Amino acid sequence: MVELTLPQNSKITEGKTWQRPVGARNVTAFRVYRWSPDDDANPRMDTYFVDRDDCAPMVLDALIWIKNKIDPTLTFRRSCREGVCGSCSMNIDGVNTLACTKGMDEIKGTVRIYPLPHMSVVKDLVPDMTTFYAQYASIKPWLQTTTPTPEKEWKQSHEDRKKLDDHYECILCACCTTSCPSYWWNSDRYLGPAALLQANRWINDSRDEATGERLDDLEDPFRLYRCHTIMNCSKACPKGLNPAKSIAEIKKKMVERQV
Amino acid sequence: MVEAKTSPLKDRPLSPHLQIYRPTMTMMMSIVHRVTGGALFFGMLLLVWWLTAAASGPNAYATVQWFMQTLVGRLILFGYTWALIHHMLGGIRHLIWDTGTGLDPVGREWLTVATLVGSIGFTIVLWFVGYLVMGGMR
Repeated sequence: MVELTLPQNSKITEGKTWQRPVGARNVTAFRVYRWSPDDDANPRMDTYFVDRDDCAPMVLDALIWIKNKIDPTLTFRRSCREGVCGSCSMNIDGVNTLACTKGMDEIKGTVRIYPLPHMSVVKDLVPDMTTFYAQYASIKPWLQTTTPTPEKEWKQSHEDRKKLDDHYECILCACCTTSCPSYWWNSDRYLGPAALLQANRWINDSRDEATGERLDDLEDPFRLYRCHTIMNCSKACPKGLNPAKSIAEIKKKMVERQV
Repeated sequence: MVEAKTSPLKDRPLSPHLQIYRPTMTMMMSIVHRVTGGALFFGMLLLVWWLTAAASGPNAYATVQWFMQTLVGRLILFGYTWALIHHMLGGIRHLIWDTGTGLDPVGREWLTVATLVGSIGFTIVLWFVGYLVMGGMR
């Protein structure tokens, strides 16, 4: 359901302002969402000052700098630091993106960082991704066939392989899914942009033989049709993919198979 | 699947959403499409009031006519016209998107802005023509 305000335990309070680095000339302020399960306090916004002359250029570099030099309790996910693992997805400067590929230069003034929107927070910038992964699993993201397995590989023409472009690059960072207001209000029933883009990837796969079943599974007022082309997903995707277009393609295939 | 062990779960907060997300044009126009859709419901009541009055006699009809000529009445009618046209253009935009076109970064912004500019433009033109036909402001 549509909810415009946050529940009582989620209201954000003013947090701690940490000390400025002494002698730093090039400083950027960071406002970071904090919440810990270890006390009973509400979430708060802490302010940090990052010495840019001592820190690499990306937002993730700044978070790691803060963790190393100011506050070791700051918690966030990260791994590859080059936009292929999808771990450091968060809301930076009002838009979901990867901290590792977002340059601090791209942001004017104070850098505001929140966890991915409308998610249950485990700690600080770490959201609970259980539902997201379950929804991904529900679209059966693997090759389904009925014909006997060939002796060697399942073959695919260059043209058919091309149909997987703009889909296979998805790293499941959830930037798109958690940018979608429709998903915010209906995450229990709407699959969301990431899972649907992946569904389209398998529907498009020339080697897959369960296209009909896949479409049947999606033919549902909520699972697919809660997409209202708000398009925050396509604008957020740090890999430049277009989930809104993928969803439109699925809807189109639903119609095409009926005529 | 092996479940991660979690300490006794306490009430986890919900991360902020609408409060912190930077508004996008397509997002705002999606909201406006909904709002105008809702407004049309009440506009339909106006239409019903007008038709019922016309059916029940000259006195009732005169009351409606009087109300619609007041400044407030005209403003409501103007808003209703805009909501109607905006919602219609929004519907056409959704039809175009349903064909799978206009979803690229340039196309989607263009269509969204076109809906807004078009609806305002059409509404003004329609009222202008309306007043011309009636022979000016009365």
